[in-house]
Amino acid sequence: MLVTDRERLRADVNAWTEQYGSTRSAMLPILQSIQKKYGEISSFAMQEVADRLGLHPVEVYSVVTFFAFLREDYRSKFVIRLCRTISCDLLGKDRIARQLENDLGISFGETTPDGKFSLEWASCIGMCDMGPALLVNDQVFTRVTAESVHDIVEACRRSFGPLAFHDNLQPGVRS
Amino acid sequence: MTVAVTKGLATFETIEPTTGLRAALAKSRVDVIAEISASRLKGRGGAGFPTGTKWNLAAAAADPQKFVVCNADEGEPGTFKDRLILTEVPDLVFEGMTIGALAIGARKGILYLREEYTYLRSGLQEVLARRRADGLLGEGILGSDLTFDIEIRMGAGAYVCGEETALIESLEGHRGEPRNRPPFPVDTGFEGHPTVVNNVETFVCVAAILAKGAPWFESIGTDRSTGPKLLSVSGDCGRPGVYEIPLGITVAELLAAVGGEDAKAVQIGGASGHCIPASEFNRTIAFEDISTGGSVIVFGPHRDMLHVAKNFMDFFVEESCGQCTPCREGNAVLLAGIEMLEEGRCSMAYLIEMCKLGEVMQLASKCGLGQSSPNAFLSIVQHFREELMGRTETVTR
Repeated sequence: MLVTDRERLRADVNAWTEQYGSTRSAMLPILQSIQKKYGEISSFAMQEVADRLGLHPVEVYSVVTFFAFLREDYRSKFVIRLCRTISCDLLGKDRIARQLENDLGISFGETTPDGKFSLEWASCIGMCDMGPALLVNDQVFTRVTAESVHDIVEACRRSFGPLAFHDNLQPGVRS
Repeated sequence: MTVAVTKGLATFETIEPTTGLRAALAKSRVDVIAEISASRLKGRGGAGFPTGTKWNLAAAAADPQKFVVCNADEGEPGTFKDRLILTEVPDLVFEGMTIGALAIGARKGILYLREEYTYLRSGLQEVLARRRADGLLGEGILGSDLTFDIEIRMGAGAYVCGEETALIESLEGHRGEPRNRPPFPVDTGFEGHPTVVNNVETFVCVAAILAKGAPWFESIGTDRSTGPKLLSVSGDCGRPGVYEIPLGITVAELLAAVGGEDAKAVQIGGASGHCIPASEFNRTIAFEDISTGGSVIVFGPHRDMLHVAKNFMDFFVEESCGQCTPCREGNAVLLAGIEMLEEGRCSMAYLIEMCKLGEVMQLASKCGLGQSSPNAFLSIVQHFREELMGRTETVTR
């Protein structure tokens, strides 16, 4: 981590402790802010949070490793989480999973070599009546079909690189 | 007799926001709790604890600092009613919380929203801002001496945080591991202060009770299960969605309304609930019979029940917090056993052994998650044993 990056992160953590407070109860909002901005909570970040809250870094580490949406290592620009719980399963999540693997060329738990996509399972995301459902970062897509997987992935791809036109990734709640 | 099963939030949509809050502000604190107690409202999250009793305990605590927490960590598989409530009638949720604050003497409320519902957050924050501007939150609410405000806190993807003590642990910046109870949160909750934790739907019911009166609420449902209840219906049925029922209707009546008459079984109460076979469809959905937080998953005639059991067990292996041994180890052992059943390599003696393990888990686990984690497996073994034994090849679904 470059010195300038460390300075930036330190300034951010200071700002967030100003906002959320420097008691232990502020830990989760601070960690979530770091996760959102940096895509990871590095050991340096955990040490910073621990210092600001007056805790041993292992206390912060134990929280980061407990929660599914907090992570120590940067994964990718887009984290695709496919719901695997029973209602989405009954509606055919296996085929969606297969097609996601085919279109991205990776298996669940992996990240594409360009660092743009990673594929994960999610426990019930509360879209049981409109499954199969998946989350792309914090946007929800419902009634996904094996065919529409391609559209979702392309919508993500269009939001970066030379193909980044004006059309942004839109949430796909279709009823 | 025809039973009124309606799709959507029929009753709650008709309630004019602020009616309940104004009615509450006109009453004394004691009378507000008395009204809730008279309605015999029981917690809508699944455990069914009487709300009036819970609020009374928190109101009686001497601590000057108290908290009202709304549990919107809706993680039970097959449940999505809270998502609809937070989208359609968020004002009633905040109003119920405000009435709770009045009743117990709290100045601060927290809406604990699951991370998977992040897309609802900005809309909810707009509603909170509007309520502050309208004098419904903040200092001197509607000209009274009530001061109360609500903060939204996000979960971070842990099913166990729907358990109230685990939720409080995570609010305090700890791992979301349940605490031993007692002490209960009404006594020692968030940061050690008395805290009332209620489900989203419970707060909406509170707002409705204050708006329409306890006798109205009590007139719906059965003697021991009063009021309307929202159910999230998914799976093999013609019309999945959120339904409002009077508590006490039979499973068959519900299935007729949602287009799932040919079901082979219904999972009621989500992964931690029970699997009800067709032979028991005359049982009622109520606290005294089949109690539920609202999840109803319908399984059609062609479904493989072992596959269903495996999906639930996968869920618990993933979501167990790992704190206590019966849940952490027990679920992994049951999952391995289910895989043996799948391959047709499980003896009846071992299946009985697994069921005994399940009973140990129900007794010895620390929190509700562990205690209820073998429920689905045990009820599927009980009702579909013939389907599980002696498999020769993988059954296609």
